Amino acid sequence: MRRPKKYESGEATQYISRRAALRKLQLSLNDFRRLCILKGVYPREPKHRRRAQKGSSEIRVLYHTKDIRFLLHEQIVWTLRDYKIFAKKSNRDRAIKDFRNLKRRLALFPEIKLDHIVKERYPTFIDALKDLDDCLTLLFLFSTFPSLHLIPREQSNLCRRLTVEFLHYVIASKSLRKVFISIKGYYFQAEIKGQKVTWIVPHYYPFKPQSRQEVDFKVMSIFVEFYTIMLGFTNFRLFHGLNLAYPPQFPTNMLQDNEDTFKDESSFVSDRIAALNFELLRTDKVQEDEEELDIDMELLEQDGDSKRIIKMKQEAQEVARLRTLFKGLKFFINREVPREPLVIIIRSFGGKVSWDSSIFPGSTFDESDETITHQIVDRPSLATQYISRDYIQPQWLFDCVNQRQLLPTNKYFIGEKLPPHLSPFVDSKRDTYIPPEEKALHDPSLIETHEQSDDDSDEEAAQEEEEAVDQELLDAQLQLAYQQETAEYKKYGGPDGVNEDEEDPEEDEEDEDEEEEEELDEQAKRLKEEKQKMSVQSGKVHKVNKRQLHKAEVDEHRLQARMVKPRHRNLFRKLIREKQTKEKEEWLLRKKRRTFEAGEKEARKTAKRAARKEAAAAAAKASKLGK
Amino acid sequence: MTKKLTLKRKGKEPEPTNEVAASSEASDNEEEEDLLQAVKDPGEDTTDDEGIDQEYQSDSSEDLEFESDEEGNYLGRKKGDGSSEEEDDDGDEEGEEEDEEEDDSEDGESADDGDEEKPTTSKQNKSEDEPSSSKVSKKTQPPTKDLVKRDPSHPEYHDSDTSDEEDIRNTVGNIPMHWYDEYKHIGYDWDAKKIVKPPQGDQIDEFLRKIEDPNFWRTVKDPQTGQEVLITDEDIALIKRIISGRIPNKDHNEYEPWVEWFTSEVEKMPIKNVPDHKRSFLPSVSEKKRVGRMVHALKMGWMKTTEEVEREKQAKRGPKFYMLWETDTSREHMRRIHDPVSAPKRDLPGHAESYNPPPEYLFDERETKEWLKLKDEPHKRKLHFMPQKFTSLRAVPAYSRYLRERFLRCLDLYLCPRAKRVKLNIDAEYLIPKLPSPRDLQPFPTIESLVYRGHTDLVRSVSVEPKGEYIVSGSDDKTVKIWEIATGRCIRTIETEDVVRCVAWCPNAKLSIIAVATGNRLLLINPKVGDKVLVKKTDDLLAEEPSSDVIESERIKAAVQWATAEPAEQEKGVRVVINHFKPIRQVTWHGRGDYLATVMPEGANRSALIHQLSKRRSQIPFSKSKGLIQCVLFHPVKPCFFVATQHNIRIYDLVKQELVKKLLTNSKWISGMSIHPKGDNLLVSTYDKKMLWFDLDLSTKPYQTMRLHRNAVRSVAFHLRYPLFASGSDDQAVIVSHGMVYNDLLQNPLIVPLKKLQTHEKREDFGVLDVNWHPIQPWIFSTGADCTIRLYT
Repeated sequence: MRRPKKYESGEATQYISRRAALRKLQLSLNDFRRLCILKGVYPREPKHRRRAQKGSSEIRVLYHTKDIRFLLHEQIVWTLRDYKIFAKKSNRDRAIKDFRNLKRRLALFPEIKLDHIVKERYPTFIDALKDLDDCLTLLFLFSTFPSLHLIPREQSNLCRRLTVEFLHYVIASKSLRKVFISIKGYYFQAEIKGQKVTWIVPHYYPFKPQSRQEVDFKVMSIFVEFYTIMLGFTNFRLFHGLNLAYPPQFPTNMLQDNEDTFKDESSFVSDRIAALNFELLRTDKVQEDEEELDIDMELLEQDGDSKRIIKMKQEAQEVARLRTLFKGLKFFINREVPREPLVIIIRSFGGKVSWDSSIFPGSTFDESDETITHQIVDRPSLATQYISRDYIQPQWLFDCVNQRQLLPTNKYFIGEKLPPHLSPFVDSKRDTYIPPEEKALHDPSLIETHEQSDDDSDEEAAQEEEEAVDQELLDAQLQLAYQQETAEYKKYGGPDGVNEDEEDPEEDEEDEDEEEEEELDEQAKRLKEEKQKMSVQSGKVHKVNKRQLHKAEVDEHRLQARMVKPRHRNLFRKLIREKQTKEKEEWLLRKKRRTFEAGEKEARKTAKRAARKEAAAAAAKASKLGK
Repeated sequence: MTKKLTLKRKGKEPEPTNEVAASSEASDNEEEEDLLQAVKDPGEDTTDDEGIDQEYQSDSSEDLEFESDEEGNYLGRKKGDGSSEEEDDDGDEEGEEEDEEEDDSEDGESADDGDEEKPTTSKQNKSEDEPSSSKVSKKTQPPTKDLVKRDPSHPEYHDSDTSDEEDIRNTVGNIPMHWYDEYKHIGYDWDAKKIVKPPQGDQIDEFLRKIEDPNFWRTVKDPQTGQEVLITDEDIALIKRIISGRIPNKDHNEYEPWVEWFTSEVEKMPIKNVPDHKRSFLPSVSEKKRVGRMVHALKMGWMKTTEEVEREKQAKRGPKFYMLWETDTSREHMRRIHDPVSAPKRDLPGHAESYNPPPEYLFDERETKEWLKLKDEPHKRKLHFMPQKFTSLRAVPAYSRYLRERFLRCLDLYLCPRAKRVKLNIDAEYLIPKLPSPRDLQPFPTIESLVYRGHTDLVRSVSVEPKGEYIVSGSDDKTVKIWEIATGRCIRTIETEDVVRCVAWCPNAKLSIIAVATGNRLLLINPKVGDKVLVKKTDDLLAEEPSSDVIESERIKAAVQWATAEPAEQEKGVRVVINHFKPIRQVTWHGRGDYLATVMPEGANRSALIHQLSKRRSQIPFSKSKGLIQCVLFHPVKPCFFVATQHNIRIYDLVKQELVKKLLTNSKWISGMSIHPKGDNLLVSTYDKKMLWFDLDLSTKPYQTMRLHRNAVRSVAFHLRYPLFASGSDDQAVIVSHGMVYNDLLQNPLIVPLKKLQTHEKREDFGVLDVNWHPIQPWIFSTGADCTIRLYT
């Protein structure tokens, strides 16, 4: 038997370079790229690059040989070749000006069919759901695009259609779980059949002309070509799972009583669908969602009460609460607020929503409706306000959803400075630093105390003081008392005459404490002297220097860390470095927070001081007037 | 020139213009009539009107210079319309006379038109002085180039045919006039007489004129004749109209009502009276056939109506969706790509990405600067974006890098190599081997308790008396000092002739001898401390030279000579001197105190020597050098001899005189070694920061490599009784470790680093040079480059 030569077997034959793959498939690089994107074939990282590359160690793009062989049997390879032939023939027709033939040929443009690839890439429906993140994010982006050179109008229209359909599903199934406003866009996370699907909807007008080096729209367009097909099939199955008609339609009673419907029914319907504000046509009559939920809960209750079960039960309860979070609430969205993300949120948690009919079709009630409970505004002030409703900023909705409960609206009122918007995606294990706001959210008892201690008490105090000042203005006796007080302050010698009354008594107390301590010390000395005269001395308690102890421990640990096995040393160093950077990061955040809070406090103090000075001046004036 | 003419005419006959003006105000009918007249009068054909139409369009544009020609045309025509036939007769002569007449006529004109124009012009006079004059020169007296263009306007005005009939007094023709710059004349008139240039003043004259002459601003020079021409008010008005982009003729109405030449209404009666041909009443057979064919094709479905085609196309367009997956989880067997690896999802956003993050997540100045600095290597940034805070949602703009990020994700998906990797998720603590706590392994030295000061240069070596009462130290200041351990007092200082490289107290407690390696000499010194009987005995022993009958070989003689110390040295305590042929680096005793070995690294194949004290004899164990010998060591029990070269350690059996083992250290340079009192384990220190523990029973490779020090390790030492060893290094630290060797052969030695003692000071990159244990107590002595010896207990 012949002995195999080097690189004739093993890893070297498992991988194939891109150039070789191109030669084998007889395709151009562009076609190959297209094929790879559509079929989901990607390069592989070999275990030993040197071996896989037949001895050379430079980094090349390597594909698995089996993948390339698999591509060899793909039908769309033939379509790609047909494209080439089509281009050649139609170019010829054009060149010899045979327009009749050209027209005939254009009608026979080879269509690429991707259905089987969807099935092949995602053998189960769950697989498709798992891979929905990138798909949705890209399609949401493309649905905003203008018609571009490489992106036909139809493609972006299709993207829009499919994404709106998907949103309809999310609303109908109430599967939205987390939302977040980032600087990049709106993050949404839905839980569909147990899979967490996260997508980003960019802020308005994300399109900006890009240079070719920055962004190659051709590549993205190919991705979108596949993703549209995939999302279409996914939507189809999702809609059928909810007994909704696909493509989405409205119940017939909705369309009848409007004049616009007769003009152009299709565009009317598509507009209403895009509005996301109406229930869709169902293929069955009864809704069974809630019953199913109840059954689930019962099943859970029957099971034992191990920790996991309890946790699951809690989670299920929370989700059930979340699904009806906005039930019974009626929202009105002002013009300046981005409509779509808010409509998704409100509708998927059971709220009713409408908007100004001039910004988008499909509004159901007017601003003047008295039953509106919340109006979402994003401007510093509003001229006409109804008393019956809360004017809130859009962040309230997002925070409510993430918190899974209706938060008090007072912090989110119109023109109010908003509390920080926290990410719901932060894993408690991932980040060691937890901002105080989040901590407060985790346990509500902390919230109140925190607020009382920090903001409210101060504000209240300030208010009280103001009131007191008013009274002083009225009451001469009190004024006298006040003057006496100020004289006292001066006596105690504040830095600028006007001192804070909160600090002084404390200092006094401290002084007293010190005095008491001194007295105690004297007593102790006397006792000591007496004791020294006696023959037996009490033993001294050995004081352990904690710092030294800690240092010794650290040293010990360091020495032991030097005993890490040589083969683990690099890993150990890496881990330590990671840990250190993490700690440093945490430290930095904490420090920044501290300085920020100190600054805030200072600002508040100065404001208070100024207010008090003003009050004093006013009082003085009043007294003068009185005299 | 032409314009002047026209204006003049106007002055003569103002009636038509007035009429037009009046008509514009008057009713529409009148206006129509007037216009009809106006149109009918001049050109008998309609083509002329078309020309006018075109000019309307051209007027709207602002390029005056390009359009001047057309405007001129238009102007000429209109004037032609309005004016009487007198001008036709005027011909050339009028043109000639014009200049003279101008002044006269101007007054009258200004009187006529000045009512409207004057206030504005006077106002603008100063402000527009220069620009207007420059424009004027362009328009009325165009530089030679424009002249050519303007010429054709004349014939139309004159209604005659040649361009020659222009005002041409100068017959030089269309040439650049600067050719006449050098001559006194400027050309020739019709009588072939020279046209003399008018006198040209210098700049001062011009300036004076500028000041004195109120009409200076409207004076231009005719390049053809060299004469100065005064522009009339009307001309100025005209120019202004042109500049402002309006039609030059102010009488022209731009919004004339449309005249319908051909009616758009369908007449009831035919205009022509020819009856239709018979053919037109009969159906066409060929058409019938064609229609029949089409109907048939439609019936058969071969042909489709455009509606149907459109509908089909619509239906065809866009993908069709159906139930692709029957159930959620069932999988149909299909060929897929080999061993699919799904792409990892993107990280979800943290608080920092929020549009309104908590304040601590925003970058401060330093972080911003750092972030911006890493522009070229964005992967090194701690965040891929700069956190921003917006007060409200409406202030949030589109993220500028959003598209790019999506694109990069796409690239990742199809271009990034994938592999399945096990992600290690362990704590760093997990990698530290589980060792007993040092507290359970006491006693061991923990604190510095004494410092022996007195040396003036770095202390190379220290050795302890076998009973543990005194130590001896050798230093670069050429002294050997003997110290009392308990008090730290220097009992004796012995000065030598050279740097003391190594000292070693004889391990035999019945002898009181110190071996001192100083330069080329090895001194055997009686320290005269401790038990006096012992001192006496030792002196006696060293005093008498044993008679030797063995004849030493030449090789040894050349290398070593034994000698009794001279009286001066005897005084100091030196008893025997062994002179070597090269500087000695190390000296070490055999456990029984009879043999001692010295190392001379430069000695080539004679670099290691073994001396026997009782016989005063030396041997050279090796005939060949196997490398640069660093240090040697006697086995405590067996007759074995350890020789460390730079890289390896060789173990020789002294009885059989053969190599037993070669230990591979895999290090660059060995600095020292120490053997465990039981003799089965060897500790080697190297200059490349490592300490190697060899289990001599196991293998030739180290059982454990320890990197406890941060710098070169200088020396190591085992304790004789306790399971302790210590190492001294250039990083000024002495590290005490627990090194337990079990009697059970199955159990491996236990090594636990216990304590790092770092009190020595650094001198020129040297820290600790030597360490040595107290023979009985768990105390350690270390010598350093800072001229001290320190005791840790």
